[in-house]
Amino acid sequence: MSGPAIEASLAPVEAPVVPPVIALAGVTHRYGRTLALDGVDLSVPAGCMAGLIGPDGVGKSTLLSLAAGVTRLQQGRVEVLGGDMADRHWRRQVGGRVAYMPQGLGRNLYPTLSITENLDFFARLFGQGAGERAERIEELLAATGLSAFAARPAGKLSGGMKQKLGICAALIHDPDLVILDEPTTGIDPLSRRQFWELMARLRARRPSMSVIVATAYMEEAERFDWLAAMNGGRVLATGSPADILARAGEDTLERAFVALLPPAERAQDGPLPDLPPVMHDGEPAIEATGLTRRFGDFVAVDHVNFRIEGGEIFGFLGSNGSGKSTTMKMLTGLLPASEGEARLFGAPLAGGDMETRKRVGYMSQAFSLYAELTVRQNLVLHAQLFEIPDAAARVAEMEARFDLAAVADMRPESLPLGIRQRLQLAVAVIHRPEILILDEPTSGVDPVARDGFWRTLIELSRQDGVTIFLSTHFMNEAERCDRISLMHAGKVLAVGTPEALKRARGMATLEEVFIAVLEEAGMGREEERAELKQRPAALAPVKRFDAGRLWAYTRREALEIARDPARLAFALIGPILLLFTFGYGISFDVENLPYAAFDQDRSAQSRQLLESFEGSRYFETHAPIASIEELETRLKSGELKLAIEIPPDFGRDLMRGRQPEVGVWLDGSMPFRAETTRGYVQGIAQSYLADAQMRSTGTSGALAPFTIEPRYRYNQAFKSVNAMVPNVIMLMLVLIPAIMTALGVVKEKETGSITNFQSTPVTRFEFLLGKQLPYVAIAFVSFLTMVVAARLVFGVPVKGSFATLAFGSLVYVFATTAFGLLVSSFVRSQVAAIFATAIIAIIPAVNFSGLLVPVSSLSGGARLMGLAFPSAWYQQVSVGAFTKGLGLASLWQDIAMVFALALVFLAAAMAALRKQGA
Amino acid sequence: MRTGRLAGLLARLARIWRLGIKELYSLRSDPVLAGLILYTFTVAVYTVSAGARFEVENAAVAVVDEDHSALSRRLRDALLPPFFKPAVLIGADGIDAAMDAGRFVFVVEIPPKFEHDLIAGRDPEIQLDIDATAMSQAGNGAAYIQNILQQEVAAALAATSAAMSAATSAATAAAPVNVVIRPKFNPNLTSAWFTAVMQVINNVTMLAVILSGAALIREREHGTIEHLLVMPVTPIEIMLAKIWANGLVIVVAATLSLVVVVERLLGVPVQGSVPLFVASMLVYQFSVTALGILVATVSTSMAQFGLVVMPILIVMNLLSGSTTPMESMPVWLQNVMQLSPSTHFVALSQAVLYRGAGLSVIWPNLLALAAIGAAFFGLAALRFRKALQAAG
Repeated sequence: MSGPAIEASLAPVEAPVVPPVIALAGVTHRYGRTLALDGVDLSVPAGCMAGLIGPDGVGKSTLLSLAAGVTRLQQGRVEVLGGDMADRHWRRQVGGRVAYMPQGLGRNLYPTLSITENLDFFARLFGQGAGERAERIEELLAATGLSAFAARPAGKLSGGMKQKLGICAALIHDPDLVILDEPTTGIDPLSRRQFWELMARLRARRPSMSVIVATAYMEEAERFDWLAAMNGGRVLATGSPADILARAGEDTLERAFVALLPPAERAQDGPLPDLPPVMHDGEPAIEATGLTRRFGDFVAVDHVNFRIEGGEIFGFLGSNGSGKSTTMKMLTGLLPASEGEARLFGAPLAGGDMETRKRVGYMSQAFSLYAELTVRQNLVLHAQLFEIPDAAARVAEMEARFDLAAVADMRPESLPLGIRQRLQLAVAVIHRPEILILDEPTSGVDPVARDGFWRTLIELSRQDGVTIFLSTHFMNEAERCDRISLMHAGKVLAVGTPEALKRARGMATLEEVFIAVLEEAGMGREEERAELKQRPAALAPVKRFDAGRLWAYTRREALEIARDPARLAFALIGPILLLFTFGYGISFDVENLPYAAFDQDRSAQSRQLLESFEGSRYFETHAPIASIEELETRLKSGELKLAIEIPPDFGRDLMRGRQPEVGVWLDGSMPFRAETTRGYVQGIAQSYLADAQMRSTGTSGALAPFTIEPRYRYNQAFKSVNAMVPNVIMLMLVLIPAIMTALGVVKEKETGSITNFQSTPVTRFEFLLGKQLPYVAIAFVSFLTMVVAARLVFGVPVKGSFATLAFGSLVYVFATTAFGLLVSSFVRSQVAAIFATAIIAIIPAVNFSGLLVPVSSLSGGARLMGLAFPSAWYQQVSVGAFTKGLGLASLWQDIAMVFALALVFLAAAMAALRKQGA
Repeated sequence: MRTGRLAGLLARLARIWRLGIKELYSLRSDPVLAGLILYTFTVAVYTVSAGARFEVENAAVAVVDEDHSALSRRLRDALLPPFFKPAVLIGADGIDAAMDAGRFVFVVEIPPKFEHDLIAGRDPEIQLDIDATAMSQAGNGAAYIQNILQQEVAAALAATSAAMSAATSAATAAAPVNVVIRPKFNPNLTSAWFTAVMQVINNVTMLAVILSGAALIREREHGTIEHLLVMPVTPIEIMLAKIWANGLVIVVAATLSLVVVVERLLGVPVQGSVPLFVASMLVYQFSVTALGILVATVSTSMAQFGLVVMPILIVMNLLSGSTTPMESMPVWLQNVMQLSPSTHFVALSQAVLYRGAGLSVIWPNLLALAAIGAAFFGLAALRFRKALQAAG
């Protein structure tokens, strides 16, 4: 490891007098077999703007996430702000003094919440009072020029605005250390410039604040105070930009970085070839005339015109959200145009035109291949779908050409962004398209990988004559295009060759042209240069438990639910609808059994016997049976549930006292129904026999000299609906709340906002309980509506103590939402969460909770599963309070059990939820 | 012209085949899903069928014996397994508390001097308390207890008093007609036979709807569906691929579950033709996976999908006739449930597996399944692109 030696030789000119803000010693980190950090020793000076530079996948993000405390330290020592990050208590304290903005545009923001609501949430996480919150939010919004958009949802902001909002969220608590992971990736040059101006002003206000930034933009890094160049999990060099340039003997950081690399890794160095385009004759490859796309009243693309000749490399530049992606999607046929026309190869674009699709290759902005398939499987799938004759050979060719052979059996998710983008390009060209439409193909890709990428593009264009239409935020890429167009707010503002555009404005660089054009169009004027107040750093120690932080999550979750009224409606109306359906539908009252008689006697006596069946409300007479085969078939088809076979000579035998035998056939396929039917038949037979005896002997044949008096308790009418309503309430209050909460945690894991939990002082308990409370409230409202419906519609009142029922239900929904959170904490994807909750909850709730079979008759595993799930206990409370007229005195034990299970679920969820990632 | 069309069709089938293979790879890469599928078709089927029985079995009974005679003891001992758990003796003052707590479904109260009054012919009265909230056991269990007590008393009387015995046996012998009840297809009316197969069917429904629907939403959220749509692949092909691949996994799992768990472990004799059942299950799969896709196209997020799918699954499972008898439901609800594929499949499965019915009997159900499936599929195809744009 040569890191420390270089550091010594390249000591910063102004040696830091203060201790380093971040100090790493011997830090090694692995993801499975991949080595991300390899024995890193590093001291980041405090009170300055420090940068981490290096290609993708060299460990920059890992290093920053270790410093932020969101990733668990595997080996070595990390000190932040002078304390050991392996110490949980120190991490909590640091959480209040550090701000961490993860990679990815607005990944830690909540898209449905407005700007103010997002900031308010972060402010609450740091325990700020109402006055302080309002003041700080107002100040930050003014400083970033976001004041005018305060009520706009974060998801509807442009990339640049998202990034500003992210920085506001990071600075809301005046942190001592700000950790920014590629904050400017994927945003346009104007927004990027504004972002750095803002950072400079913020640093000017608090010079003691340390900032560390990872970036792939070398020209940005040149302005930093201190840099660490990384490669292959190691630090290559540290020092001021000037030191690094001097040491490498180069004049740009980009070249200096390459010079610092070991010789073997400087592959493909040298200027890119500059070849003239292979111009095709005839029709333009792409032509847009008045192309327009509206989303509601929002015009995303507004009467755009351009034509791209065959063989050209055409660059699309523009601010974030200017309509570039939308235009590209219209050209691929993914989005229909609201107005205007797009022509490919001279023919208008038609939605289902398979032949055109085969001539076009498309690469979307986000990675859109299958993460669960390996690199090769992805290539093979696409080759096959495009019906490439010799798919295997073409896949091998692509692997060789795009340098993917070494990673062919790996899954894309484990690969660095640069390689993933190469794979996307390989997939886009696998079918030898004549047009390539690439939407920000190099966003987030490091300079070296970008050069490699462009080499391939130039090859495709100049050798194979492919027309390339791409969008980019990198000006040096724009320079390489044959022609570019500048787009803003849905309109094309300028088109031409880079040289012509520069000449027309008399400007030296394309970046200046770009910014000038955008500023003319009105972008960036909203910036108010508001002054930032000096403010003493809040140094109150972070509390172990803070109701304010819990409430922050409760409020946030509630706001998010409120933004999705459809979901709220399902949650409240669904249970009521099901209460109706099941209240009427699930019935154990066996009635209207279809039956038919096979009467081979047809005597007065046989008719008399059959009449006793006809009169019963339990049975429904069907056409008589003519033969034993028919009896068989009709039972088999399910038409009849019961068949009565009366033998020939029944009447005669009966008169002669020969005890004729009547056969009653039951359809035993549904045992419960058959059992009940047997009871009915026995009853009818008995009364028939008694009648018959009466008729023959004249005496009433009392069969038993005593009486059994059945008393149907709790439900005198013995109607299913009375028993069913409390059971359905039990069912609804587990399934709906559980499925609602089941996405609570895992959704944050998928979108990335989980880092807010990981990097701030909020505890697992505050996080989980905070998320849970809104759902408890919704479920409780749902309970109240069901009680009202039970009373009004079914006439099923609460006979016992309503207070006890309400209390028990509150505890129950607390338990069922905790169950949802438990599932959510365990699983990694939303699919798995939905799946696991449905399967794990439905089976015990339906089968083992007294809905169908009393819990007292369950046996074996079923009984254990039943008792380990809150529903079986709550069923006693619900049925007890509704039909048995019970109160707290009889039900407190059941409620206590439900509560105990709730605590178990919550504790298990806390155990499954990691404050630090792997 | 014709050969061109044929080639087109073959190419289309090839694409559906390859996209389906991709689905299988996706499934394989998610161990949680695979684990849950395994759990559903093994542990879940077994515990539900073995543990939650509908027949009166292991019913909890208590006896209040205020007579303390030989006869009352005999009655107490007559309530035997497997129908009843051994009767627990409780005091008269404990009845309410015990029943309130749901500890017993039945309480038999034998009054003081019961034996004495009986022999004296004073028609004494036994009270039978039934917890009528336990709907599935209350009615049948009460009938059992009444029968058992009657037989027991009759037998006891026959043994103790010759005179009385003469009278009663005369009465029974005089029964002019012998009514023989023969349950077909399941002679002992074992509920596990029923529950096991119905549980497999319910799980098939649950898995098919969730798997196919969630797979589509996942593709939408990850942007991969967009990628497919710029290739020479139509939405119909994407949907059909999902249907065959997810359907195949579930049909294989369900068939194995039927043969190994239901037939072997639970010892349920399957009377009908398993191949016919499996063939019908394929048709059923088509309709339920199409339903899953349809739900996915109407919901904008996974959260909405979960909330919509949960009630649908519960209704499809509980009201299909796989849990309670179809005839017991109100007619309007029976009619509504004809729109659910599960109703037809349950009817069909009961006919095939229990009653040994053949194609000639079940074809109307198969037709209904295919029609419902086609309707879901058609609606989903109509919504497909629109949903993509709404979510995009």
